[in-house]
Amino acid sequence: MLGLGGDRLWADMNRLLAFLFHQGVLDEQFLQLQQLQDHSSPNFVSDVLSIYFHESERLLSNLRSLLMDREFWDYKKMGIHLNQLMGSSSSIGAKRLRNVCLAFRASVDHNNRPGCLRALEMLEHEYCYLKNKLHEYIQIEQQRALAAGVRYPAQNN
Amino acid sequence: MGMAAESQFHVLAVDDSLIDRKLIERLLKTSSYQVTTVDSGSKALEFLGLRENNDQSNPNTPSVSPNSNQEVDVNLVITDYCMPGMTGYDLLKKIKESSSLRNIPVVIMSSENVPSRISRCLEEGAEEFFLKPVRLSDLNRLRPHMMKTQKLKDQTQERDENLETPEIQQSQQSVVEQQQHHQQSLQQANNNKRKAMEEGLSLETDRTRPRYNGIATMV
Repeated sequence: MLGLGGDRLWADMNRLLAFLFHQGVLDEQFLQLQQLQDHSSPNFVSDVLSIYFHESERLLSNLRSLLMDREFWDYKKMGIHLNQLMGSSSSIGAKRLRNVCLAFRASVDHNNRPGCLRALEMLEHEYCYLKNKLHEYIQIEQQRALAAGVRYPAQNN
Repeated sequence: MGMAAESQFHVLAVDDSLIDRKLIERLLKTSSYQVTTVDSGSKALEFLGLRENNDQSNPNTPSVSPNSNQEVDVNLVITDYCMPGMTGYDLLKKIKESSSLRNIPVVIMSSENVPSRISRCLEEGAEEFFLKPVRLSDLNRLRPHMMKTQKLKDQTQERDENLETPEIQQSQQSVVEQQQHHQQSLQQANNNKRKAMEEGLSLETDRTRPRYNGIATMV
């Protein structure tokens, strides 16, 4: 019974990933993260994602503050935050979010105020979507770990 | 992890991004390297034992061999290019300008593919330039650089040892004998003294030379 549960969870995980790859939300770098997780580092993916969420939210909040400033827009600072967000997104395989950052950066480079405001909204929306999907992934992973943990004592191999 | 019986190569990874530090650390550990991560170029130099303006920070370190900083043995430095303050390029330069550190291979990582940046780093002495995100397969290119330096170090050590060996062995031997077989060696010494005296006397049977009685000893 639990064995079947484990298989179903495995299928769920793969279906989710396939969907996210197909949508261009994630790329192969995410698979690299998975590959780096093993028995010696069993929580690697969720640990990295936690750091990513924390950092991204901080950067997004900074970007929003910079754009909410009525008088002076610090384009340089915006660029720095965007580069950081782009870098970490690329490192975890968050392809679509990284591309939204690119578009945002283009507006920053052209000092395009309305462009920046639109880009920020898109970025926040995209981040929200990505975070939800990644949480789904983490949940399935946790359930799989539980299922595996309970299964081993009952197995012969 | 860490199944190798031999000592592992030690890599110093430098990156201001926490995520990238986590990643590179995991990548390096998976490749069986010992890893230290720091978040800036200045911290990297500190770890390597190099203060910004001096060549040697520790006055007690012996200045004889090139790799005289025995506490920290780093076989390779891998650093991000874009960092606030000291960039990866600045760090590379400082390492290559240092007489104690210049033999350490340096690898640069960057998320941007800028050909002029890449050639500048390679010209300054970087062994490799990796585009981020760095993959496990990229790390396979590290080992040859570390092994080359290891070979160099071994050759230098061997050469130095051969020069010093005769004296060291002699003094070591006499010290060991005295410590382990104190009484025996005392007796032996006495015997030797007597023997030497006898031989000395027998050697100096030439009448033109002054003769010594039992006062003079040859040990």
